[in-house]
Amino acid sequence: MKFEKPAEMNPIDRMKVVGQPIRRIDGELKVSGQAKYAYEWHDPAGSHAYGYPVGSAIAKGRILSIDSKAAQRSPGVLKIVTTLDVGDREKGKFNTAKLFGGSEIQHYHQAVAVVVAETFEQAREAAALLKIEYAEEAGSFSLKEGKLSAVKPKDAGGSEPDTSVGDFAGAFRSAEVTLDEEYSTPDQSHSMMEPHASLAAWDGDELTLWTSSQMIDWWRGDLAATLGIDKGKVTLMSPFIGGGFGGKLFLRVDAVLAAFAAKAIGRPVKVALPRPLMANNTTHRPATIQRIRIGASRDGKISAIGHESWSGDLAGGQPEAAVMQTRLLYAGENRMTAMRLATLNLPEGNAMRAPGEAPGLMALEIAMDEMAEKLGMDPIEFRKLNDTQVDPENPDRPFTQRNLNGCLDLGAERFGWKNRGKPGSRMEGNMLIGMGVAAAFRNNLLLPSAARVRLDRSGILTVETDMTDIGTGSYTIIAQTAAEMLGLPINRVAVHLGDSRFPVSAGSGGQFGANCSTSGVYAACLKLREAIAAKLGFNSADAVFADGEVRLGNRTVPLTDAVGPDGLTGEDGVEWGDLSETHQQSTFGAHFVEVGVDRFTGETRIRRMLAVCAAGRILNPITARSQIIGAMTMGVGGALTEELAVDERRGFFVNHDLAGYEVPVHADIPHQEVIFMDEADPYSSPIKAKGVGELGLCGVSAAIANAIYNATGVRLRRYPLTLDKMLHQLPEVA
Amino acid sequence: MKAFTYERATSVQQAVSMAASNPDARFIAGGTNLLDLMKLQIETPLHLIDINHVGLDKIEATDDGGLRIGAMVRNTALAADEHVRRDYSVLSRALVAGASGQLRNKATTAGNLLQRTRCPYFYDTNQPCNKRQPGSGCSAFGGFSRQHAVVGTSEACIATHPSDMAIAMRALDAKVETVKGDGTRRTIPIADFHRLPGDTPHIETNLERGEFITAVTLPAPIGGKQIYRKVRDRASYAFALVSIAAVVQPDGTGRFAIGGVAHKPWRMGEADAQLKAGAREAARAALADARPTEQNRYKLDLVERTLGAALAEAKG
Repeated sequence: MKFEKPAEMNPIDRMKVVGQPIRRIDGELKVSGQAKYAYEWHDPAGSHAYGYPVGSAIAKGRILSIDSKAAQRSPGVLKIVTTLDVGDREKGKFNTAKLFGGSEIQHYHQAVAVVVAETFEQAREAAALLKIEYAEEAGSFSLKEGKLSAVKPKDAGGSEPDTSVGDFAGAFRSAEVTLDEEYSTPDQSHSMMEPHASLAAWDGDELTLWTSSQMIDWWRGDLAATLGIDKGKVTLMSPFIGGGFGGKLFLRVDAVLAAFAAKAIGRPVKVALPRPLMANNTTHRPATIQRIRIGASRDGKISAIGHESWSGDLAGGQPEAAVMQTRLLYAGENRMTAMRLATLNLPEGNAMRAPGEAPGLMALEIAMDEMAEKLGMDPIEFRKLNDTQVDPENPDRPFTQRNLNGCLDLGAERFGWKNRGKPGSRMEGNMLIGMGVAAAFRNNLLLPSAARVRLDRSGILTVETDMTDIGTGSYTIIAQTAAEMLGLPINRVAVHLGDSRFPVSAGSGGQFGANCSTSGVYAACLKLREAIAAKLGFNSADAVFADGEVRLGNRTVPLTDAVGPDGLTGEDGVEWGDLSETHQQSTFGAHFVEVGVDRFTGETRIRRMLAVCAAGRILNPITARSQIIGAMTMGVGGALTEELAVDERRGFFVNHDLAGYEVPVHADIPHQEVIFMDEADPYSSPIKAKGVGELGLCGVSAAIANAIYNATGVRLRRYPLTLDKMLHQLPEVA
Repeated sequence: MKAFTYERATSVQQAVSMAASNPDARFIAGGTNLLDLMKLQIETPLHLIDINHVGLDKIEATDDGGLRIGAMVRNTALAADEHVRRDYSVLSRALVAGASGQLRNKATTAGNLLQRTRCPYFYDTNQPCNKRQPGSGCSAFGGFSRQHAVVGTSEACIATHPSDMAIAMRALDAKVETVKGDGTRRTIPIADFHRLPGDTPHIETNLERGEFITAVTLPAPIGGKQIYRKVRDRASYAFALVSIAAVVQPDGTGRFAIGGVAHKPWRMGEADAQLKAGAREAARAALADARPTEQNRYKLDLVERTLGAALAEAKG
């Protein structure tokens, strides 16, 4: 089906199953260890060997030779496949860096070989015996230096790198109150719990790969291209995924190495990326330097807003689109945004949860706090005053729904915002206490998504789609959608995901997964309803599917009878019209944070957090809340600790394990509260939902920065907000 | 990990003689650090002597009113011991500030003293590191050094000692009891146990090859307010940026050792003598010879402020 007009009333609006707080239908499998993650497939295709990946020891240059004689003689070793052995390979569509093949080294820990042995330990031991000779070349590793020669990129993920409305420079110059500050965000690592892993098995020229992928079809195409085989020869399975955050959007090298190795030894091979390889071998969220200028009248109306961002990537890469939200979030007649891209020889920068908006709001929402203070306004009032119900760059495009002000007001009331004092005015024991707020904003993205549903004679409705569940709850919301559409209880629905033999879905990313994949299931269910109605001679538009029955007028037929002994199938997908061009679809929220900062040491600890979200229909308040609190936790890490430390001499991320790259631990996370506004957006899809998974991260870190300022009077603009940046500005204690 | 052979010792004597007969052997107790290092091939012993069954798991009173802590006493047990909690609370507090409950259940008293630095360059076998590969150079010097040592460093190494427990033991003037391969016993004051890096950062303690730690002794209780203040970026499960183990008497005199700033638990007699004068004077005396990098210069200020917090707590 093509979704071209705002949705009218439809069976989803009954909300008997959709929107209900239903626990994960795959929860029991997960807590009892029966959900198979990529590394946990044991011999599905015969006894497998283990491959251990070897990463480049240099950041840039060429491999001159690889001496694998000693490794080859090591006990248990079956085969060593090197990047020189497989030669230059097609890269596929989605990655910037090549994953494997050829002599060129583009970044540190790029895969250069896989050692295959009977056991994991044998493969790992032999891997250390490879002797690799490199010709190292100088590279550029500093964004600060790269900024000086950064260029305007061709595009930024399909968006214009620069936008301009009115006369920004003139309006800024003549504004009564102005702010002009620089902010920076560091490189960040996805650091999902489950490392990348794959098990590859060949049957003749056909490959089956069990892996951990957010986007089945993207991986399938790129893997086939890299191997030089037809896409149809590749079957990919990824039914359970231990987190991705964008780190599993694009084909990764574990899949490539497993495939080459399995081919080489004629046996299945399993490969996982060791944790210390992940930060440099895979992608990361690139660092940014951002300049924000805001000009306003004394009464707080923004007249000029400008946001520029610099980031770096390998040649051929993309900028981190940190200015995107500034094009849409606040009013102001004179505006400019610009992105500039430096060529850096660090590992590939690419999408991580809320790419663009997450680092963009880390800067913009501090700037708004600073500006409010300059104006002597409450930061909530300042934001509300500059609300806009239309795209401020194209005022003909209204937002389909926008309730940022409602989120701010409700949050302020629930959080006790009126008790916020002046900076540095509240102390409990040795802790300086402060509150901060920030707006949350993330666009709603639309990708095609298809599914197949089958109702069998026992009344079980089975859904098949290559959609993935990366811990988000896809299984559950898809089951809810199908149950609602056919008028069945959720325990009559079986959901099968993450298999390339199923219809191609939107996949999981960009917070588009829930809305798009359930819309695809909706479309398939409509087809099934039509088939059932046709079989009964009903007009499908008038038939009512409820309580396991289909009804028309005074006729009622149990669904099990209706489908007959062979069952009935419906298959379809959703495609999108131009509603997202004529209108702006976005999700909104407000983050409130209370922090304590130790007045002696400058250690910041979070005390309370609240998120209020306006994001269309909430399909399941339990799984949606999980998404938000997980994102808020990630925002705490992003604010306080997470930074891939760049060694600018050697060109790599130094702290490449979970001891050095500090994500929050339980003790860092206090009580978190989440409130969802009661919404349904008919412009977004027949489901009337939008995404929440990234909205929950957007703005959190800035709310923390603003809370630190309120606690201490120290304004920090460079993330992470660690004590070494604050100490010299804290009051004397001795 | 390199393939290794394994044998289990059931007595100290047996463990020591096993070590004497095999120069490639290492003792393994809790294994919470050694196994990680073996997986990364930073440590490559060809033979492991499991000492988990040699006894030495008691905490006993000594004749002079102190405590003898068996080498194999687990960190959890030591932290929870009633005598330790009553008379040496700085030690108990330091222990629970370190690692996680699971790790403390495995980690031993002797093993904790012997844990190795968490310098990220030490952990990356592609990078030069004098501690891992003598003579290869120090990557941290001029590199990512925010967490590194500021005092007692050398051109060859700016790594820190990561233990919390050892910082408290240094403040308490603990002694390390050992037995050598030939059966001779000696007692090493903890001040002399760990070494500064100098030109040989790969040699971290003054233990001889095959020398076996049997116990750590604490002198008779010294009273005072005992405080362990560990500063870190996240609330738990992180190594100290700076830590202070302090024992402060009612008259304001006392002693303190500093963690996170040197290749060994850092304590200076001159600094103890300044404690009564205040945190600034004492911290400056302790770090008079500091040579920080640009990235870790903040530790000088942080030590002073953290000591200030400890002294404030002692008063309160």
